[in-house]
Amino acid sequence: MRIRVWLSLPDSPAAAKSTAKQSCVLRIESRAGTSNVKVNVTPIPDVNAPNAKPLPSTVVRDDESALVAAAKRGDLNAFQELVTRYEDKIYRLAWNITRNKEDAEDAMQDAFMKAFQHLAGFEGGSRFYTWLVRIAVNEALMKLRKRRPNQISLDEPVTTDDDLMPRDLQDWGPSPEQRYERTELNHILTDAIEDLDAPYRTAFVLRDISELSTEETADALGISVPAVKSRLLRARLKLRQKLDPYFRSKPS
Amino acid sequence: MNCRGVIAELTTYLDEAMDEVTAADLERHLDACKKCRLIVDTTKKTIEIYCNAEPVPLPPEVRERLHKALFERLGHAH
Repeated sequence: MRIRVWLSLPDSPAAAKSTAKQSCVLRIESRAGTSNVKVNVTPIPDVNAPNAKPLPSTVVRDDESALVAAAKRGDLNAFQELVTRYEDKIYRLAWNITRNKEDAEDAMQDAFMKAFQHLAGFEGGSRFYTWLVRIAVNEALMKLRKRRPNQISLDEPVTTDDDLMPRDLQDWGPSPEQRYERTELNHILTDAIEDLDAPYRTAFVLRDISELSTEETADALGISVPAVKSRLLRARLKLRQKLDPYFRSKPS
Repeated sequence: MNCRGVIAELTTYLDEAMDEVTAADLERHLDACKKCRLIVDTTKKTIEIYCNAEPVPLPPEVRERLHKALFERLGHAH
């Protein structure tokens, strides 16, 4: 499911400078429809920069390119804002690729560090997030290779189309995941995804967990769109197969 | 479309990136083939289950270390 959330901030310059509670509108868009929720937010004063000028209102609103431009000029506060925006997603991505807490943390730190150092090379042709994901994927894969040098190949394993056709099919029922407790379900999902070869896992993580588009996934992995589709198909079918014994209506 | 065609086009179909004519062709096959209906349904559920699974949370201490490291190291460079 894809959900977009927007926060509209007050437009007036006085309101942008104020640290008093302000009334804003949170707009939530999903396939099910759109809802607007009024919320009161308290802006956080920038304690580190007492003489700092307030950000122009274009930055206060959701203008990421202004933040990126400021960060390119070396503005660490602007970069901090970008980090805060994406740290949860980048950590989740790094964890899903490395499947290891330490590696995920290191990959995330190195990715943000490199992003800041190489910001000049970000042309703005793609979304900042996609560009960041590409760096984070590389860092995560490097950690993975270091830990398991002999097991990790980024080339697709040689397979034939005959492997793909699922056999012994059975219905899963309406909400099969509800048969398990949260912890147990997480174990099942984690074990299944961990078993995938790195190229398949990475494609699945980017497309279906990090919710990048097929094009963005191709861009982040440096492979073609048909290659993403092919890896995604295998990843999804393999996961289906691994989950099948747990979720089929009549457990085997 | 036959069963092999459904498998080949499964990702495009599930991502709703398929043109209407091919989608209609594929759905005609699904109406007639229980096996393919099960493949489409359980693969779709696989994706949904992962999508809705509890996200891996960023532990607060990991976040703290990230910001500390970034601004210690980057702050000195500027």
